Amino acid sequence: MVSVPGPHATYLNPILERHGHAAASLLQILREAQEHFGYVHPDALDYLSAQLRLPRARIEGVAGFYSFICLQPHGEYRVLFSDNITDRMLGSQTLMEQMCQQLWVEPGKASEDGLVSIGATSCTGMCDQGPAMLVNGRAVTHLSHQRVQEIAHLIRNRTPLDDWPGDFFRVEDNIRRKGLLLDSTLAPGDVLRAALAPGAADIVAAITASGLRGRGGAGFPTGLKWEACRLAQGAEHYVVCNADEGEPGTFKDRVLLTSHADLVFEGMTLCALAIGARKGFLYLRGEYRYLLEPLQAVLQRRRENNLLGACILGQPGFDFDIAIHLGAGAYICGEESALIESLEGKRGVPRSRPPFPVTHGYLQQPTAVDNVEIFCQAALAIHMGADNYRAIGTPKSSGSKLISVSGDCPRPGIYEYPFGVSVREVLKDCGAANTRAVQISGPSGVCVAESEFGRKLCFEDLPTAGAFMVFDDSRDLFEVARNFVHFFAHESCGFCTPCRVGTSMLKQTMDKIAAGHGTRYDLAEIEHLDQVLQTSSHCGLGRTACNPVLHTLRHFRPAYENRLKSLDFEPAFDLDGALARARQMTGRDDAGAHLKPEET
Amino acid sequence: MSDTFQLDGKNVPFESGQTVMQAALAAGHYIPHLCYHPEFKPHGSCKLCTVKVGGRTAASCTMPAEAGLNVESNIEEMNGLRRTLVQMLFAEGNHFCPSCEKSGNCMLQALGYDLEVHTAGFRHLYPDRPLDASHPDILLDFNRCILCELCVRASSEVDGKNVFALSGRGIAKHLIVNAKSELLKDTDIALADKAMQVCPVGVILKKRVGFSVPIGERRYDQRPISAQALDDAPRLSDASSSCAACEGTP
Repeated sequence: MVSVPGPHATYLNPILERHGHAAASLLQILREAQEHFGYVHPDALDYLSAQLRLPRARIEGVAGFYSFICLQPHGEYRVLFSDNITDRMLGSQTLMEQMCQQLWVEPGKASEDGLVSIGATSCTGMCDQGPAMLVNGRAVTHLSHQRVQEIAHLIRNRTPLDDWPGDFFRVEDNIRRKGLLLDSTLAPGDVLRAALAPGAADIVAAITASGLRGRGGAGFPTGLKWEACRLAQGAEHYVVCNADEGEPGTFKDRVLLTSHADLVFEGMTLCALAIGARKGFLYLRGEYRYLLEPLQAVLQRRRENNLLGACILGQPGFDFDIAIHLGAGAYICGEESALIESLEGKRGVPRSRPPFPVTHGYLQQPTAVDNVEIFCQAALAIHMGADNYRAIGTPKSSGSKLISVSGDCPRPGIYEYPFGVSVREVLKDCGAANTRAVQISGPSGVCVAESEFGRKLCFEDLPTAGAFMVFDDSRDLFEVARNFVHFFAHESCGFCTPCRVGTSMLKQTMDKIAAGHGTRYDLAEIEHLDQVLQTSSHCGLGRTACNPVLHTLRHFRPAYENRLKSLDFEPAFDLDGALARARQMTGRDDAGAHLKPEET
Repeated sequence: MSDTFQLDGKNVPFESGQTVMQAALAAGHYIPHLCYHPEFKPHGSCKLCTVKVGGRTAASCTMPAEAGLNVESNIEEMNGLRRTLVQMLFAEGNHFCPSCEKSGNCMLQALGYDLEVHTAGFRHLYPDRPLDASHPDILLDFNRCILCELCVRASSEVDGKNVFALSGRGIAKHLIVNAKSELLKDTDIALADKAMQVCPVGVILKKRVGFSVPIGERRYDQRPISAQALDDAPRLSDASSSCAACEGTP
C-alpha cells in the first residue's frame, strides 16, 4: 500500500523510526504522537495504520482504551484533577470548581475557544502532597486556592508549561522512616559483581532461601517465580518491572524511582542474570511521565559503566538492556498479564490464565514480572545474604516494606518498616490522632477500624501493597467507599460481563444511597453484586471491587443506615430531578416549577 | 488415549488440549454460554459458562480439562449466577425483544427463557447507541451488542478483514468498524463473510429479509437453547467448518 505523505508524516516518521515500525510499540507511538500534536488526529490514525500494517479500527481500539490518549482535541491545556479520596479530603473538588469558574468551562468539556479542558483522573500518586493534578501530563502538587488562581492565570495567558514556576512541579520524596532499603548505600554494580561468580542457579537459590515475596500485595514467592521462569523453554526470556503504581494511595515506587533508580535497575539486571534474559522493560505509569528523562539518564549512565549492554562487567554472554514503556492511564495495567498486553501495544485486558507469564509472557516468551520494590529487595537480599535477610521481618514475611502513608495525619510520606509492624505503630509514627479507620493496600485492600489497629502488616495478617490511608473521626466512611466504587467502575477494562456491568451497578447503587433514596433492598443488592463479582470476574479488579463497601458496611453500618429511607424499596428515579432540564430550558426555578415534597 | 473428568456426576472423556466446555459439548453435555463458539478460540468474557470446580469458580470455556476434575455446572448456585449475568447484559444494552428481528433466533433471549430469568433485576442503563444503516445491504444495531467479540474474531480470523474492533473501556466499551467515517459502508464487509453469521444477538442484520421466518417458528421457539446447542456441538468435528448455529449458508 502506497501512503501519501501528509502533514502528519512529518512528526510521525521520526517516532515510527525510533520504534522500528513495530506494532508492539503502538501504545508508545500513540503517546508520542499525542505529545507532538496534543491529540491523535484521525489522519494520523490512517497514517499509522498504513505504516504499521495494523487495521485502523484496532489502533483506534487501543487508543480508546487508555484515558490519556485522546482522539479528539481537548484544549491546549488538559487539566486533570487527581480524584483519590485523599485529594478530596484536601479540598480538590472545591479547587476544581474554582478553576472551572475562573476559566469558564464545564468539567469534562473543552472550552469553546479550544484553550482548556478540566476533568478528573484516578489517583496520580501524589497523596502525600495533594491535592494534585496533571496539566498536559505533568504532575502539579500542593494545590491551593492561591495556586489554582495562578494556574488559571497562566493558562489564560497561554504561558507554555516550561515557563510556569518550577515550584508547581516539585515532587518531594517525603521519606519519614528509613530501613534496610532506604538506608542502603550500595554503589551501582556492587550486587552484580558479587552475583556474577556463583551464577544463575545460585542467585535463584539465594532468593528462595531469603523468603522474598512479591510486594504488590499477592505475596507470591519471588524465588519460585524466578526459578519457573529460568527453567521455562523459550527463544527469549524477559524481565519486566511493574512500575504501573496505580493503586490509589500508593506512591512508594515513585520515591524508589526518584531516589533509588540504580537499585531498581540493579535488581532487574540481577533477575536477568538469574533467568537468562537479554531484554527488560520498565513499565512506568503515565502519571509519572516526568520521571522518564531522569530514568533514561540513569540507564544511559549504567550503559556507559558497563552495567547494561553487552558483556556486562566484562562477563561474556551477560547481555542485558532495559527499555522504558510508559502507560497511558489504565489502572488495570498493574495486573501483570494486562501489563504485558499493554507492553505489546494492545488494549490492557488481562489474559486468561493458565498459561502464566513465567512461561508465556511478553510475546509468549517466559517473563518475570515483578514490582519495583521487589527488585530493590532482591538486590539487597543477595547483598546481605539469605540468612541475614530472612532474619528481618516475620517468619513468613521476610525483609522490609515501604508504606505510603496519606490522609489525616500531620506527616504523610514513605515509612519503611520490617514486616510485622502494627497499624497502631504506623499511626503513632505519622502523628495521626482521632483515627477512625485505615484503608490498607488501597481500595482493593482492607478497611480496618480502631478495634483492629493492633493487627500487623505482613502476609500472615494484613498483606499490603503499601497504601495506608488514614481517616479521622471527621470523615464519612460511606463517602470513602463511594469514591473507591467510582474508581473501580472507571477502571474496569470491560472485558467480562460481571465487572463491566457489575461495577457500574454498584456505583449506581452507592449514588442512589448518597442521594437519599437508598433502602435495605439496596444493601442486600450490594451483597448480591459482591457475590457475583467475586465468583465470576475475570481478574482481581472485579473480585475486589466490592471490598470497600463490604468492609465499611461491616465496621460503619450506621454511615449507610443513616442515609436509608425506612422503606423496603425506593425507585432510583427522582421525579423532581427529572424536571431539572425543563427548568433550565425555561429559565424557571420558582416553587411552581418544582414538585411539592409530598408529591415526590 | 482419553482421560475423563466429572461433570455434575457424569464422566466426561476429553482429549489433551480441550477445555472443559469443549469436552462437555462434544460428549453431549450442555453448559450455558454466549461468547463461546466452537469454531473460535475461547476467550471467556461473558462468564455465562462459569462452573464450580473443587470449591472455586472458573469459566469452563477457557479452563483446561484435567483428569479427575469434579465440575459442577447445573447447580442452583451457578444457574443463579447465570441469571444475574443475563440480567446484567439486558440492563447494559437496549433490548426490545418484541420488535427485534432476531427474536426467537437470539441466544441472549433464549438463555433468558431457558434460565428462567423472569425479572429485570437491575435498573437499565439505556445507553445512547445510534444505529448504522449506512451500508446498502447490512444494518448494525449496536443497541443489542453484548460485546462477545465473535464478529471481531470472525472478521479477523476467518474473513481476514478486520471489519470490527472494540474501543473504549469499562461500561463505555463498544463495537467500532474499520473506517475513518466510522460507517459500515466504508468497510470491506461482504454478505458472505463469517462475521455476518456469528452474532448471537441482533446487531448485524441483513437488510430486506426481516421476519422471513415467522416468530413462533424460529430456532429457539422450537427447542430451548440447551437442547439446540447440543445439536450444534458435533459441528466441532465437522471439518467443513460449517456451523448450524450460524445463520445463512457458510
